[in-house]
Amino acid sequence: MSNYIKGLFHGVGTLMTGMKVTMKEFFTPKVTEQYPENRATLKMYDRFCGELTMPHDAEGRNKCIACGLCQSACPNGTIRLTTETVADPETGKTKKRLALYEYDLGSCMFCHLCVNACPTGAIRFSTDFEHAVYTREKLVKQLNRQ
Amino acid sequence: MFDFSIITSWVHGMLTSVMPLGLAVFIECVMVGVCLLLMYAVIAVVMIFMERKVCAAFQCRLGPVRVGFWGLLQVPADVLKMLTKEIITIRRSDKFLYNLAPYIVILASVLAFACLPVSKGLEVLDFNVGVFFLMAASSIGVVGILLAGWSSNNKYSLIGAMRSGAQMISYELSIGLSILTIIVLTDTMQFSEIVARQADGWFLFKGHIPALVAFVIYLIAGNAEVNRGPFDLPEAESELTAGYHTEYSGMHFGLFYVAEFVNLFIVAGVAATIFLGGWMPLHVAGWEGFNAVMDCIPGFVWFFGKAFFVVWLLMWIKWTFPRLRIDQILTLEWKYLVPIGLANLLLMVIVVVFKLHF
Repeated sequence: MSNYIKGLFHGVGTLMTGMKVTMKEFFTPKVTEQYPENRATLKMYDRFCGELTMPHDAEGRNKCIACGLCQSACPNGTIRLTTETVADPETGKTKKRLALYEYDLGSCMFCHLCVNACPTGAIRFSTDFEHAVYTREKLVKQLNRQ
Repeated sequence: MFDFSIITSWVHGMLTSVMPLGLAVFIECVMVGVCLLLMYAVIAVVMIFMERKVCAAFQCRLGPVRVGFWGLLQVPADVLKMLTKEIITIRRSDKFLYNLAPYIVILASVLAFACLPVSKGLEVLDFNVGVFFLMAASSIGVVGILLAGWSSNNKYSLIGAMRSGAQMISYELSIGLSILTIIVLTDTMQFSEIVARQADGWFLFKGHIPALVAFVIYLIAGNAEVNRGPFDLPEAESELTAGYHTEYSGMHFGLFYVAEFVNLFIVAGVAATIFLGGWMPLHVAGWEGFNAVMDCIPGFVWFFGKAFFVVWLLMWIKWTFPRLRIDQILTLEWKYLVPIGLANLLLMVIVVVFKLHF
């Protein structure tokens, strides 16, 4: 009998706790983003994967060493590297260099594996997500500038 | 307080002056029926909109905002969609019962709806055993649900209907006991009388402790009665797709849906009438100026305000708690609500006999 009464009051107490939580939630500011209207003030989260980019410094150099790890890490075959071999004029040693970094946004699934694979941090994801274009060809982008 | 019986008796006088009494009464019945169904439909739309907005707020969302200003046209658009959809017939179902079931549910709902006194002089069904009639009429709904489950020839429908039957019949008892507690206090079953006796204080305050307990039991049992909230296992989506209305489409599904929401309103309206004074304004004894100001607000505003407040309470419960299992539901009813209800009834009798109420 005492268990019954104790259980009853405990149950009522826990139910009240739950109702307090939802009551607080009822009055908190809502998290819904009204997208096209809030374009000007929209703030994306840093870790959002929008589009692959290759940052360049002021002299237009990037950190890519053309190792091809991103290309082999990509499950969809999104990234295609074209490399060229150049000889150092002083020592005469040959060295691989990036010629073309092609990124097909249309087949990217934004898994972030390429950025994880990169040993030099040459590529990273931007939070830009407005990708709509009229033809598929425009989705294939060249990331290196030279 | 404006008395609507002035208008109704004026209409009656106008009609009887140009035609025999029988015809006049017939025309009045048709007019009342049309008004009732119109109000029924409007309340259903308002309730669905409110459900979506309140649910969204409890989940930290905004709810519908795109169709019309603040999403106001979303529900009318949904209604139009529902009206234009095809009503499919299920092969090897019991055609007659399958088509009959939604109408039984809606009939029970409309009959119960007609009992609610909306404002002073605006009672459709008002006679000396009104509370009895309301409970009897609203219990017809379970027949429709059982028929829907049986005739669909679908295991989900049948299981949903059986759960619904077990649940609704059990919780009817608690509703009856909690209403009976208030009947002990009022010694009348006529809705207009019940409201009139709350002129000097609502029963929730007049009956203090037993009335409060009865109110809480009524809210829990009422939520279970309309198959909502934590008691929605007759239509538990994750187990039974949609329960007893799995096989229904188009407006037949719409009728079930509308009846469910208006039943919620009826439960809230009855709670508002017998516990919170119905259309009676808030009166505090001794504050003449305050009472006069409160009397300026029309009765139907009070009634709908209280009813929608209770609806909001029920939605708060619904969007807070997870669904119960069938054995938990029956434990809650038979081991907790019924014994507490009976003890509460006894307490109310003691309170009334020794005149401990206000």
